[in-house]
Amino acid sequence: MPGLGVTYGRGGATTSLQDLQNADCILIEGSNMAEAHPVGFRHPMIAREKGAKLIHIDPRFTRTSAMCDIYAPIRPGTDIAFLGGLINYVIENQQYFEDYVVAYTNAATLVSEDFRDTDPTGIFSGWDEEKQEYSAETWRYEGQPIDYAAFGGSQDTVVGEAGQGSPGAGEHAGSPRPSDLTLQHPRCVFQILKRHFARYTPEMVEKVCGTPKEAFLEVAKTICENSGREKTTALCYAVGWTQHSKGVQVIRAAAILQLLLGNIGRPGGGIMALRGHATIQGSTDIATLYDILPGYIPMPDVGKGHDSWRDYIQNETAKTGWWSNLPKYATSLMKAWYGDAFDPEDGELFDHFPRISGDHSYYPTLLDMKDGEVKGSFVFGQNLAVGGPHAKLARSALRSLDWLVVLDAYEVETAAVWKLDDVPPEECATEVFLIPSALVAEKDGSFTQTQRMLQWHDKAVEPPGDARSDAWFVYHLGRRIKEMYQESNDPRDALIQALTWDYPTEGEREEPHIESILKEVSGYKMDTGEPVSGFAELAADGSTACGGWIYSGAYAEGINQSRRRKPASEQDLVAAEWGWAWPMNRRLLYNRASADPEGKPWSERKKHVWWDEEQEKWTGQDVPDFQADKPPSYRPEPDAAGVDALPGDGPFIMNGDGRGWLFAPVGLKDGPLPVHYEPLESPVPNLLYYQQRDPALKVFPGRPDNPYNVPEDPRYPYVVTTYRLTEHHTSGAMSRWIPWLSELQPELFCEISPELAAEKGVNNTDWVTIETSRGRIHTRALVTDRIPVYRIDGRNIHTIGLPYHFGPNGVVTGDVVNDILPVSLEANVAIHEAKAFTANLEAGRV
Amino acid sequence: MATGFLTDTTVCIGCKACEVACKQWNQLPADGYEFTGDSYDNTKQLSGSTWRHVAFIENPKKRRLTGDVDLVALAEDVTEQLPGGAELDALGRWAFMSDVCKHCVEAPCQQACPTGSIIRNEFDNVYIQPDICNGCGYCVPACPYGVITQVPEDGRAFKCTLCYDRQRDGLEPACAKACPTNSIMFGDVEDLKELAEQRVAELHNKGYTQAYVYGTPEVGGTGGIGGNHSKFILMDEPETYNLPKHPFLPQEKFRGGVIASAVAATVLGAVVAWAFKD
Repeated sequence: MPGLGVTYGRGGATTSLQDLQNADCILIEGSNMAEAHPVGFRHPMIAREKGAKLIHIDPRFTRTSAMCDIYAPIRPGTDIAFLGGLINYVIENQQYFEDYVVAYTNAATLVSEDFRDTDPTGIFSGWDEEKQEYSAETWRYEGQPIDYAAFGGSQDTVVGEAGQGSPGAGEHAGSPRPSDLTLQHPRCVFQILKRHFARYTPEMVEKVCGTPKEAFLEVAKTICENSGREKTTALCYAVGWTQHSKGVQVIRAAAILQLLLGNIGRPGGGIMALRGHATIQGSTDIATLYDILPGYIPMPDVGKGHDSWRDYIQNETAKTGWWSNLPKYATSLMKAWYGDAFDPEDGELFDHFPRISGDHSYYPTLLDMKDGEVKGSFVFGQNLAVGGPHAKLARSALRSLDWLVVLDAYEVETAAVWKLDDVPPEECATEVFLIPSALVAEKDGSFTQTQRMLQWHDKAVEPPGDARSDAWFVYHLGRRIKEMYQESNDPRDALIQALTWDYPTEGEREEPHIESILKEVSGYKMDTGEPVSGFAELAADGSTACGGWIYSGAYAEGINQSRRRKPASEQDLVAAEWGWAWPMNRRLLYNRASADPEGKPWSERKKHVWWDEEQEKWTGQDVPDFQADKPPSYRPEPDAAGVDALPGDGPFIMNGDGRGWLFAPVGLKDGPLPVHYEPLESPVPNLLYYQQRDPALKVFPGRPDNPYNVPEDPRYPYVVTTYRLTEHHTSGAMSRWIPWLSELQPELFCEISPELAAEKGVNNTDWVTIETSRGRIHTRALVTDRIPVYRIDGRNIHTIGLPYHFGPNGVVTGDVVNDILPVSLEANVAIHEAKAFTANLEAGRV
Repeated sequence: MATGFLTDTTVCIGCKACEVACKQWNQLPADGYEFTGDSYDNTKQLSGSTWRHVAFIENPKKRRLTGDVDLVALAEDVTEQLPGGAELDALGRWAFMSDVCKHCVEAPCQQACPTGSIIRNEFDNVYIQPDICNGCGYCVPACPYGVITQVPEDGRAFKCTLCYDRQRDGLEPACAKACPTNSIMFGDVEDLKELAEQRVAELHNKGYTQAYVYGTPEVGGTGGIGGNHSKFILMDEPETYNLPKHPFLPQEKFRGGVIASAVAATVLGAVVAWAFKD
């Protein structure tokens, strides 16, 4: 989530679904919300009934489009050009919320003289052609050191260079930054932004995106009319923005647009990051990602200065902003995991803690399996034989393992790899264990949904047969491993021996007591075991334990706060007593920005949180996302550190300067501002810059098992975009076995336009073959004029839509769409590009 | 009190939650796995085992894409739009409609039922008693909406019960409960009628003057049916949604025949009487 994280400080949706009802306009792009989030879509529908304008920008006319006032088509993979066009429109027509922009963003801050923008090459200053990566050295604020560790410290690229005498490295972080509040200085962020996006004109949008100029201008006009002091526009996106070779920068562009319009931290505004699964937000919060620890604490890394506990803490703690608290959170995490065995004074146990040594994200790990580096794997709740890019390669990687454990409710394709792809089972050496696992209603637990809200579910029935919860498996596996190592004298086993693993169990099957895990995650005092009320109580001296500081308070007062279910009819729209949202049950993030710099609501209509002069504290309808007693007039002393270095009018408390970042001086590996590049595989050249694709994109050249279609390859003239249907769930692992769902969408199909169908002689429901350099799939055709044809560069560009739910197992089956995807990794988060790649289509099954 | 449904197609998002909730609650089987190519509709119609059915109407060309469509002509048609295929006013371009038993005020199925299996229950819903139904199938052609069919493996006729069992327990029907956008509303038919009229007035104010209520005695209730307890708010001609514009009681169709028969019988009688007058 660095797209939002870098701009605002936290990698999560800034708003709640219910709050969409307060919007005057909702722009949905990169999401088919009605289709993929039908229950959440209730709120935009209510907003529409209340008079809000709904806008959908999408390559296909979908169920969402059908519900919107305005639909505008966009060629897959050109969202930055479209959003850049909106940013340019807002600036050129002076539609930005000036008071907000000057006070709450870094618009006025001056940037180093060394910074060079992309015109016309498409490459920023700092590019190292040999290493194929950027150094952020020239992107810094004028006269400032690089603000290393500004948010969870993943700025590894700048560590080395900081020592090369960056100007002002010795200055104190709290000192004011050179700025021009009139926004006229040619090197202030605002002017840089203005120049950068000047070429994204409505005409250019039409040329690049294929969006008619009329449609683009209608969208631009509508969002501007519905933003400002009295009105707010909300923005919703989902994996339609993330699964691109520059996905993070697409979201950055949206985040910049919302800052310019003054829509962040205010009711009816914000950015709703719609997640693809029930607890995807939770799985990054309490990290399943390889490079972060729970609560976005950076994972120790051999390439960074993390040799000892002291080094790690020193290097990862920010001087100003909220991340100056990192020692409290990291220490409490170690105490939660290792209890008394971890002493923060010497931090010795940390020496045994694993460090990452490179890119161990999803796909590199699969390639390592294929190359024999990884010997075994546990797969929980995932169907990677179908669900990931280039699934054919994934299946062959799984067959290279010695052993594979799959926990699932059905025999999903991942558990069946040994008999798929016409591989004789006797030739597959992998030992596969399929462990029956309980489904949601068969176990206790929590989900963290799309708006950072934890909701508890109670077990309703016992799981059938021998099925157990995944937690049961992990708990008892851990318990047995600890028993095995009990007697070891090898120092490297110290960590396993020290691990606290004493959750109480319940029932005949000794299921671990899940609320005890929530208690540990929420935090408690080491001496009394009493739950803490929130992260403000956490300490760096080892007196508190907390398994995930952002969730601290979820078990305050010994009460499972996530289990609260006060009906909507008994509370206001903020619904503070339904579930529990991190941080500290704040529903709208950065809500200090709902008040003006003096602390008064920008308007009566859009009031949310404000400064109460009499009580001398922040108050309102929500938990203030700000230090409760810091007055708006507060200005830090020049030598202030930590949170005290943030002014009383800086709503973005996680960022070192308290400001929203229009320009990102650090934090991103592919540039401080978004740039339109074509997808890795595209039938058209980049019409805006010389550089064809995101330069920092990681590719795997020379692997014969993962070839790419070169740009404009005449053999692959069509653009494929993949997506979901309401009727199925991701790889189909939970829906292709359910007759009631399967009958609704019983077969794989591709959506194509009548023009393409006529060109290829394909009738509706006919079989077609879709081919890329990775392979081919067969599917039926659904011919529909909901698929527009884009006229780009004098040519018709056809789009093929493919839902990716099908596989060879289950009551309904179909070819695996992901088999024809390439593997490539976005520079910041290593995501693949499923929303735009090229292919050929022929009639019949060839 | 009479209860019924009001299905507002203008807020239906086509999620089919009603269809699945209905099948789950009533434990109805899947009908098979056939890809129809008819937009996103693969369950095709209401039947003895599909009591809620969501129709997907791809509206702009006023025709549905089936195998025999002239695709070249259609392609030419499409290019007349804005460049890039834009459709600025999106509302109504792809319509979704969750169909269900109409629970007619004068129910033809009930009138056709020779065993008395089809009754009006205490909620004034049209209900088939499965233990009385003998599978004669007379109700099937009697229904002007094509709601009822016989389940082949069973022989008996089935249709929406308006979740009789749930209503008895004070719960709303499963489909209404599952609907995320309140497109399906359940309640007292009088209240729903009022709600429908308000809603249509609201839509008219917003500029959608084509909106109307289907299922009143005037619309969808002529021909002696007297209106429906399941009403719909529609934006297009009833036929667009596969609904009859003029549903009628089956006997309406026979009225001419009955009179002709009576006349013929009278004449024949007169002729016979005349022939044997001596």
